[in-house]
Amino acid sequence: MIIDINFVGLIIASIMASAVPLILASCGELITERSGVLNLGVEGMMIIGAISGFALMTVTGSLIIAVFGAMLAGVLISTIFAFLTQTLITNHVATGLALTIFGIGISAMIGKNFVGIPGKEFPVLFEGLKDTIPLISPILFGHSIVFYFAFALPFITSYFLKKTKIGLIVRAVGDSPESASNQGINVRIVRYACILYGGAMCGLAGAYLSMIYTPQWIENMTGGRGWIALALVVFSTWNPIKILIGAMIFGGLTIIQFHMQAIGVRIPVQFLTALPYIVTIIVLVVISRDSRKIRLSTPSSLGKSFHKDN
Amino acid sequence: MIKIVKRDQPSKAIFFFTPVLAIFLTLLAGGIIFYILGFKPFEALKFFFIVPIADKYGFSELLLKATPLCLIAIGLSFCFKSNNWNIGAEGQLTFGAIVSGGVALLFYDQKGFYILPIVILAGAIGGMIYASIPAILKTYFNTNEILVSLMLVYVSKLILDYLVVGPWSNPEGFNFPETRQFSDSARLPLLFEGLRIHAGIFLALAAVVISWFVFYKTYLGFQMKVSGFSLKTAKYAGYKGKKMIILVFLISGACAGLAGVGEITGPIGQLHREVSPDYGFTAIIVAFLGRLHPVGIIFASLVVAITYLGAETAQIFMQIPKYTGQVFQGMILFFLLASDYLLFFKFKFIGSKK
Repeated sequence: MIIDINFVGLIIASIMASAVPLILASCGELITERSGVLNLGVEGMMIIGAISGFALMTVTGSLIIAVFGAMLAGVLISTIFAFLTQTLITNHVATGLALTIFGIGISAMIGKNFVGIPGKEFPVLFEGLKDTIPLISPILFGHSIVFYFAFALPFITSYFLKKTKIGLIVRAVGDSPESASNQGINVRIVRYACILYGGAMCGLAGAYLSMIYTPQWIENMTGGRGWIALALVVFSTWNPIKILIGAMIFGGLTIIQFHMQAIGVRIPVQFLTALPYIVTIIVLVVISRDSRKIRLSTPSSLGKSFHKDN
Repeated sequence: MIKIVKRDQPSKAIFFFTPVLAIFLTLLAGGIIFYILGFKPFEALKFFFIVPIADKYGFSELLLKATPLCLIAIGLSFCFKSNNWNIGAEGQLTFGAIVSGGVALLFYDQKGFYILPIVILAGAIGGMIYASIPAILKTYFNTNEILVSLMLVYVSKLILDYLVVGPWSNPEGFNFPETRQFSDSARLPLLFEGLRIHAGIFLALAAVVISWFVFYKTYLGFQMKVSGFSLKTAKYAGYKGKKMIILVFLISGACAGLAGVGEITGPIGQLHREVSPDYGFTAIIVAFLGRLHPVGIIFASLVVAITYLGAETAQIFMQIPKYTGQVFQGMILFFLLASDYLLFFKFKFIGSKK
């Protein structure tokens, strides 16, 4: 059997494409969590981004407005979360759940008029180079700008956290809000910013799904990706580079599913669909078993409210 | 001038008042949303919250929807009180339905008084088995129970899908994704002729009474409360933390499993793809709205059940999308959490100084 080397390249490219929304959402949530805030609303923010992007694209016809609009929608919806958890000091877990339930409902409500409308073609970069080098070209060239951004993001995030002053402030707020506050850092504002940034990235992840990956609006189309993104942050032990690895594994599971069905492997389709969720659980178990390692890498104040008495 | 001051102690009166406030604010915000969407707000709210329960049939439907919500929320309150975030009740419900449905199918052509109790028990056990997974992984492998219990929801729905399409599908069913009808002996009896409300409601009421007793009259309830306040204190007092985590998950799983039994052996009488319209998730809201108190949960389950019915009625009569129900559910929880601020802080009016 001769394996077409370009076909292998295409499979790898498709795995990368399905990893994009996970990378975007996870990197956003990672910053939020590094500041000490656990936002379980990722799924809700993603689905809001998905419908906002698709709706704006259909109504305005402009892809740029749609992409940035989706990010803005993510910011707006996460503002609710930020206001509740930071200003009104509500419980992070419950507020995040409310955000997801609310987001799924609102998106379906808005999306009612957009079901069945075909998507638009999203421009790709370096298309001319697609056939130059076997195996490598399909992986490197001919993707949307969001794709390239997603694969740069973990490195940018890592640099931001390790090398910049603001990154240091974010980590300080997450690890010890009391000391950060004593140093004159406004913990609340930093956390607000990190939550809103997380919202923007989740919005972008959703827009990628509805505008580039699928591309159309399907109700509940995030299908648990937001939760997998949350699991990826734990998997990465809050290290952005490892998010890249995790997202590729999960992207791979999604793509393998399709190919196994295509070549007629006799495993029930439901089992293959369940695979990413089951693997997530197994991976979480393996990672979390070492409780010392988890304790060392988890932002110390994660999920705990901070209120400065005036 | 208004100043915000921290209360010395959380206010008890406000503790039970804020759920009412949250519901009121939700109605207000809902009216505004309806207005933005181009509907007459008062008419829409009427179709949403009053029309569905205005007659005998509607009221029976309300109880029918409130039953699983109440049952699951009671179970969840055990977890939430002791700081265990089981958010996968939907999966435990589904798995309970699968196990009890499987048992009911074994007896599909038989009659006998003993069948129903076995089917009910099977559902509770199914829910417990499924809830024990996140519990064991949390206690022995330090794994986050939120993510595990949630992932298992997707898995359970896929197992159900596989079964009703494949091995368990009705051999005479023209390939519809559903099983055979259960024997009448495996069905929860209906309470009134012509209405769908069934004996499952007694399971919910029993859960309310038992949970009240456990919470307020037993040592276990006290231990749960202490662990909820502070895990350190619980450890210091020498409570067996791991055992308790597993126990609360099992209770919660059993309740969700029973809710699953009610869904399939009540009005439906067979297994099919959609055994629950997300009752397991909505029950999280019910548990909070009811303040994790058994009596509060009864009221909360009735209020939240209306959003299910209202969404259906409003869709039929005013073409309001049915997802509005979910939007309302999300808003109730938002407003409830927000109004909790009043528990810990108060506004103080300070006269301007000359």
